[in-house]
Amino acid sequence: MELRITNLAVARAGVPVLEGVSFALRPGQALVLRGPNGIGKTTLLRTVAGLQPALAGDIAVAAESVAYAAHADGVKATLTVTENLAFWAAAYGSGGVAAAMAAMDLASLADRRAGNLSAGQRRRLGLARLLVTGRPIWVMDEPTISLDAASVQLFAGVVRAHLADGGAALIATHIDLGLEAGVLDLTGHKAKPPAAGGRVGTFDEAFG
Amino acid sequence: MIALLIRDLRLAVRAGGGFGLGLAFFLLVAVIVPLGVGPEPATLAKISPGILWVGALLSCLLSLDRIFALDFEDGSLDLLATSPMPLEGVVTVKALAHWLVTGLPLVLVAPVLGLLLNLPGAGYAWLLASLALGTPALSVIGAFGAALTVGLKRGGLLMSLLVLPLYLPTLIFGAEVVRRGAQGLAVGTPLALLAGITAGSLALLPFAAAAAIRVNLR
Amino acid sequence: MSIWEYANPKRFMQTSGVLLPWVTAAALVCLIAGLIWGFFLTPDADKFGSTVKIIYLHVPAAMMAISAWMMMLVASLIWIIRRHHVSALSAKAAAPVGLTFTLIGLVTGAIWGEPMWGTWWAWDPRLTSFLILALFYLGYIALWQAVEDPDTAADLTSVLCIVGSVFAFLSRYAVLFWNQGLHQGASLSVDQAEHVADVYSNPLYVCIAGFILLFVSLVLLRTRTEIRARRMQALLARERLA
Repeated sequence: MELRITNLAVARAGVPVLEGVSFALRPGQALVLRGPNGIGKTTLLRTVAGLQPALAGDIAVAAESVAYAAHADGVKATLTVTENLAFWAAAYGSGGVAAAMAAMDLASLADRRAGNLSAGQRRRLGLARLLVTGRPIWVMDEPTISLDAASVQLFAGVVRAHLADGGAALIATHIDLGLEAGVLDLTGHKAKPPAAGGRVGTFDEAFG
Repeated sequence: MIALLIRDLRLAVRAGGGFGLGLAFFLLVAVIVPLGVGPEPATLAKISPGILWVGALLSCLLSLDRIFALDFEDGSLDLLATSPMPLEGVVTVKALAHWLVTGLPLVLVAPVLGLLLNLPGAGYAWLLASLALGTPALSVIGAFGAALTVGLKRGGLLMSLLVLPLYLPTLIFGAEVVRRGAQGLAVGTPLALLAGITAGSLALLPFAAAAAIRVNLR
Repeated sequence: MSIWEYANPKRFMQTSGVLLPWVTAAALVCLIAGLIWGFFLTPDADKFGSTVKIIYLHVPAAMMAISAWMMMLVASLIWIIRRHHVSALSAKAAAPVGLTFTLIGLVTGAIWGEPMWGTWWAWDPRLTSFLILALFYLGYIALWQAVEDPDTAADLTSVLCIVGSVFAFLSRYAVLFWNQGLHQGASLSVDQAEHVADVYSNPLYVCIAGFILLFVSLVLLRTRTEIRARRMQALLARERLA
């Protein structure tokens, strides 16, 4: 279960934002993506998750091994915590709802409607979804938003357990999670404009 | 897939407004038309098949934007698209949920509204049959329209403009079944054509809708 | 030398820039000649009087209204399969032209219908299907305008065009089924029995050629405008990033 990215270029709204991104993520490893706002972290993660096509380069990963956690966590306010997780467990054909709730400290909230959760509790529920997917490679976009210090520690522990279990994690975050993770700063991979010999995006292919 | 259906039905029931609103709108149409047209029973009997079908169509249209928009806003659609479920299946299940919540209740109350509109006695069975056959097409065509406009801020009005022309063949054949049935004429041809539209839409439109969603998520 | 070379925007701009004045001139010549010939140099018909002469606008506009949609369908398919931007932009450019032809067909039909059938509008299958075609054009144009990202808009409108074509076709037959109308059969057909007399049809051919050329000229012009607009957008987007 390896994720290997080779010379990847991604575009946002047809304009190239990142290029020449290469890394490999082996079982047990975590990689933290850094870079200023707007550099293209979310775009890169969405491309890895398969939501948008890559402009160039190669993403080599076994089918059905990536679980994606976006900015918005897709929690349904009118469903209870258990119902939210049970749905995703059924969608991924896996189980472990109770274990996931225990790991993210949600057991006491099991029958609470998600709409009545605090922002941090809601976020924990969104992250618990990763556990029930049963997928080895977690791709996470700013997972610690609205988590308090204790919850960040809890989450870091969950990721550490996942890594120890042979999983892998690709995380875009500014917070130091205290993981033994590699760091990839995307600043150096900013796409050059065509005038400087950079790539031409689909947006202005042959138009420029 | 079944889990998604259960989830969508549960959401529709808990959110409220989903199917209650569509039914209320259908009732309103059946009340407004006699008030506008006049109480003449012969006139009402003549136009009731058309009114009932137009009313059902508009009620269906009313709740279409909920099919994908809510899931798009809270990020669920991204997660559904990256889940092991094929997006075509997601679209089909969501259209089915929309039909169960909107179309099926419309079918069931239509005979009552037929009474209000003085629908001739021979027409009731055909009203039920044509709506039962035709409303699934309305849901799945509507799901396609909703998929096209899912990323747009003020997509509701645009979606009506896109979906209504696509509804026309269904409306024409559906209302024709009831009109002919009410007059005691043979209904085989329009009924078969209506079934054909429903079957064709169910078979092909989920692919178009899934393609549109992928484009919109990109 | 492949036809796809013209799908390169630079190549398209060069070639269309050379062609455009000639096509436009040819369109004007055909239209002026055909309309003068048709309106002033043909005898009044026995049954129809001079009203029949509106066919020189009505028939070509109606033909081009349908042809324009067909062209959009082909262009949409090319965009979806081969991802040529010029193709998507030409479909976008053709839509308002097609809508205008549809409206010309409807309005001239109404003007002709009043003396012939005694009514401006009847829910005749042909009239109704043209009205429905106008609705499809409106929806297509509205979708192009509503979607901000040009490639997304091209993809969505192409899917709509393909699905819409199927449903427009269905509507055509649904409407025929719904009401057998009072509209006469086709004015031009291979079957000589239904054919209008040569003295009327010859100027009609010239007018049809004029409308086709006018369509080509307008679509070329509008596609060129769209390409320039896209270039400007690309420059602005690049500037925002830098």
